Amino acid sequence: MTDADPIASLMIVFYALIGGAIRVSTPFLFVALGECLTEKSGRINLGLEGNLILGAMIGYAVSYNSGSAWAGVLAAGGVGVVLGVAHGWICKLPKVNDIAVGLAFMGLGTGLAFFFGKPYIQPSAPRLTSVPLGAWSDSPQVQQALQVNPLFFIGIILAVFLWWMLRSTRWGLVIRVTGDSAASAKAMGVNVDGVRLLATAAGGCLAGIGGAFLSLSYPGSWNEGLSSGQGLMAVALVIFARWNPLRCVLAALLFGAAGALGPSLQSIGVSFGYHFFNAAPYIVTLGIMIASARSRSAAVEAPRELSIIK
Amino acid sequence: MLNTRVLESVLIPLGALLASALIFAVFLLALGKSPVTFLSLVWTGGFSSWFSIQSALQRAAPLILTGLAFAIPARIGLTLLGAEGAVVIGGFAAAAVAIPLVGAGLPTAIVWPVMALAAMAVGAVWVGLAGWLKHHRGVNETISSLLLTYIAIAIVSFLIEGPFRDPGSANKPSTMPLGSDYRIGGMFDSSVHWGLAAGLLLAAALWVLMARTPFGFAARMTGGNLRAAQGQGLPVGRLLVACCAIAGACAGVAGFFEIAAIHGQANASLAAGYGFTGILVAFLARHNPLAVVPVAILFGALDASGGLVQRRMEMPDATMLVLQGIIFIVLLVSDTMYGRLPFLNPNRSGART
Repeated sequence: MTDADPIASLMIVFYALIGGAIRVSTPFLFVALGECLTEKSGRINLGLEGNLILGAMIGYAVSYNSGSAWAGVLAAGGVGVVLGVAHGWICKLPKVNDIAVGLAFMGLGTGLAFFFGKPYIQPSAPRLTSVPLGAWSDSPQVQQALQVNPLFFIGIILAVFLWWMLRSTRWGLVIRVTGDSAASAKAMGVNVDGVRLLATAAGGCLAGIGGAFLSLSYPGSWNEGLSSGQGLMAVALVIFARWNPLRCVLAALLFGAAGALGPSLQSIGVSFGYHFFNAAPYIVTLGIMIASARSRSAAVEAPRELSIIK
Repeated sequence: MLNTRVLESVLIPLGALLASALIFAVFLLALGKSPVTFLSLVWTGGFSSWFSIQSALQRAAPLILTGLAFAIPARIGLTLLGAEGAVVIGGFAAAAVAIPLVGAGLPTAIVWPVMALAAMAVGAVWVGLAGWLKHHRGVNETISSLLLTYIAIAIVSFLIEGPFRDPGSANKPSTMPLGSDYRIGGMFDSSVHWGLAAGLLLAAALWVLMARTPFGFAARMTGGNLRAAQGQGLPVGRLLVACCAIAGACAGVAGFFEIAAIHGQANASLAAGYGFTGILVAFLARHNPLAVVPVAILFGALDASGGLVQRRMEMPDATMLVLQGIIFIVLLVSDTMYGRLPFLNPNRSGART
């Protein structure tokens, strides 16, 4: 400890943690909501990491060239749709392994982003401006912690919308039936492949926007080490949240807080356990999977068509 | 008549490679680059001289091992993403166990086998855990092995920056260097390290195991139909865990050679993505241990020519990543062609309605 006053340093950690959790969780939230929607339709997309990285790069490039960060966000969502449609189209072919297709798209998305992203590592693009929610406070730490990006609120609204859509609309019912039993969906006259294609495209769009947050808000620049596997971790996060969009928000905040704990402890000079806190979400998710794998209540919540459930 | 299934499993991946090459050629043309120059540079950088062949084989060695690490569990029906983690944690185990042995001045004839065994054992336990969880707890092996990979990388980063850090490694935290006396050199005066020999040996041994022994038969039967295998009284659980452990041991060997032949100490360079490229290698090889070898050499050659392509064509180093991504996707699309090639399945064409 470098600080003499333990309470003051605890507060510094606390504020850094809150701010960090909000910042770190936003990309998690978008990718997780996208993955959740895709998995609800009975398909898994392990390739959202590729959407995230390509979205980050395209978002940054468009923001730089157009001067508008929001145009970058839109472009990132657009490229996410393209990858999602491609994934959905390939997976509807017979005998194709959806997990492997996801891995392939992760590779292609990352490769394309690194290939076309080289010229954008140096220049500085316009970022998304944050909302200063901490303006009421005199403390610079509070002000800094509560600089919240509008995308975070959009993510929350989206989570509530998805939860409502899945629970109480006709579209939500169609997606859930498709995810629980393709045979029943077909009997209802639902185009199973079409629903999954749309769900994968929408999920891909959200993951692309999550990537735009990485390059246009926090950390707020484009480089090849930008993502530390958030796209893959989101798959675990959705299992952790048991396919509920509202719980995805909580899970994303929790994962974000775990990721922010190491750096915020470092801010008061505690560097021990940095990697442990980074690994904590994985360990907890594995623990939850082990605990819930054979439980009845978990089985009810999982889409039964999902290849990782069978 | 030649076995159509064998013919298919050669023709379709080759066709996929050709189609990927065409797509990549269009990609290059769209960027105003010449596909012919690219091809000739890959030839120069990967195959044309003894120097480039050595460079290709050097890079192929870990890919053979991680390709096997995906292919063996795939035969029993498991999609394991744990090879990357096993390379990292196995490599670290080798580096860590070497510290006291090197300190005691023991001969390499003792140090190397102990390091290799440590890497194999740790890798086998790590990936075997995913198999055990699959059978005994019903946890999906794809997700659990992915999580185990991240956990392995985090544990190793923690140990390398903490208790096992060599105080001399200022900028890049690493374990204590092995020292030049304990580095594995090239085979027969070449620059290709012995990891290639280990890969070839393991590929041959695992082909025999999977194709010619009761164990392999039982494993393939389990992969074909789990319920039927259980009904026949096969020890499904033990088979699953054994296949995962074999995979982990293969990846561990890759980690051992990364330490003993390439880096000389464990650091962040261990997580170089060999585990993930190995997945592509295994898919292209149709999960056949023998076919893994030429496919790994092909990707080793592509990787070896990457620098040349970068310099001569002024293209970024990610070019090879794009090419790999295209190959992987086209290959998976080609999976849908099995049993549907009209010239190989003449009697099927009219039967569908």
